[in-house]
Amino acid sequence: MMFDDEPAIGENLPILPGHNSSGRLERVLRAGHFAVTAEMAPPDSADPAEVYEQAALFDGVADAINATDGSGANCHMSSVGVCSLLTRKGYSMVMQISCRDKNRIAIQGDVLGASAMGVANMLCLSGDGVQAGDHPEAKPVFDLGAMTLLDTVKTMRDESRFISGRKLTTPPPVFIGAAANPFAQPYDFRVSRLAQKVEAGAQFVQTQYCFDIPMFKDYMAEAGDKGLLDKVFVLAGVGPMASAKSADWIRKNVPGVHIPDWVIQRLEGAENPKKEGQQICVEMMQQLKEIDGVAGVHVMAFRQESFVKEMVLKSGVLGDRTPWMPPQAELA
Amino acid sequence: MYAVRKWAVSNARAFNNAYIALEKILSALHPIWKAIGYDRVEKPVAFIEKNIKGLLFDCKMCGQCVLHETGMSCPMNCPKELRNGPCGGVRPNGHCEVKPEMRCVWVEAWRGSKVINPNSTDSRESITNIQVAVDNRLRGKSSWLKEVRKIHEIKVVVE
Repeated sequence: MMFDDEPAIGENLPILPGHNSSGRLERVLRAGHFAVTAEMAPPDSADPAEVYEQAALFDGVADAINATDGSGANCHMSSVGVCSLLTRKGYSMVMQISCRDKNRIAIQGDVLGASAMGVANMLCLSGDGVQAGDHPEAKPVFDLGAMTLLDTVKTMRDESRFISGRKLTTPPPVFIGAAANPFAQPYDFRVSRLAQKVEAGAQFVQTQYCFDIPMFKDYMAEAGDKGLLDKVFVLAGVGPMASAKSADWIRKNVPGVHIPDWVIQRLEGAENPKKEGQQICVEMMQQLKEIDGVAGVHVMAFRQESFVKEMVLKSGVLGDRTPWMPPQAELA
Repeated sequence: MYAVRKWAVSNARAFNNAYIALEKILSALHPIWKAIGYDRVEKPVAFIEKNIKGLLFDCKMCGQCVLHETGMSCPMNCPKELRNGPCGGVRPNGHCEVKPEMRCVWVEAWRGSKVINPNSTDSRESITNIQVAVDNRLRGKSSWLKEVRKIHEIKVVVE
């Protein structure tokens, strides 16, 4: 979809009254559309072409692309680098910021730099521990945490200053996001935690994989009762599992991922587990859209990025809407 | 010690009350601290604080204690030093993502905060208060003296 005030490629949209950012994602969400965001895998490469290829996989189905920041504590091209390349091409980016690798000086510098490059959305994360990745011998920084990072970005934007107090000549006009995991212990603390993140500055959240629909419904109902859903857009996490074995491995080894037994059983019984995993993902998107307060889905299709377009289109969650894509792209 | 730490959380209410009492005593001793000089008493008090809190809470001497707001479970034992609640990686059994043998300090904090305040979440001890980022200059210094100083400096301003 093109907006009436569509700028030249690589330039920002005007900031509408009541909006904080110059980005497409905030516009789509505030207009009440069901949004789709997708997570891309930054390359282990210095070649920009690999970044463009990855992003093109989501053309026409994603309102914004998440650039991960050393996800799983594995080293890849930086989220600042990926976002800078892709904003030049007109893509709407969600820059993930992890507190694991950078202190508050580096992070605030990146927020300014990325915003200057046209990054409109920033996702504030604590980050996976270094033990999870390919450099377990690295020094974990964690100078800030997700909450203090949210507060930092909000302070920069709303008070036009660094957290040291020093003034900014121009604040970064960003839409601020956070992660939420409704499926991790302590369960009865999780909605309070969402409330804290909203208070600290989160305007949208992207959740962990939502396979446990009843549990997620309870979480959303409680969030609704606390009035949080008027203050924050919730994008529910989805993604395809490649096989029963890999799903079982993920739930045992990847921190914070909750996959119910029925998913494993369906994959085990399937003739083509990969297709079945994608079918489950499609069904999850459809079911999540029906839950009150769910503003969109966030697709994390690790190593199956090339199937995202097919899955989103099959689910029909976008309705008759086609998110922005580069002029040269075609919807397959 | 891990076992003592868990016991302290189970008795969070008693420890919180002891803390309030201790604060009053240390505050009442303000003339003495002032006479000797806060800078001069810093090292011996920090030494005592480190040993007592080290034994009870596995204190890491961040110098800006928030135990009363975290159910008497020290958040600096979190490998990510998260001071505003648990990360998303807590295991289904309530243990830490980074140290699987350890209970998540925030699972413990949640437990301890319910011991202190079974019903209310809106108080001095509230676990939902948002903590500011750690001031790394305070590491190794006494939180107790910092609190006492704060009380009296505020009083001076009011007078």
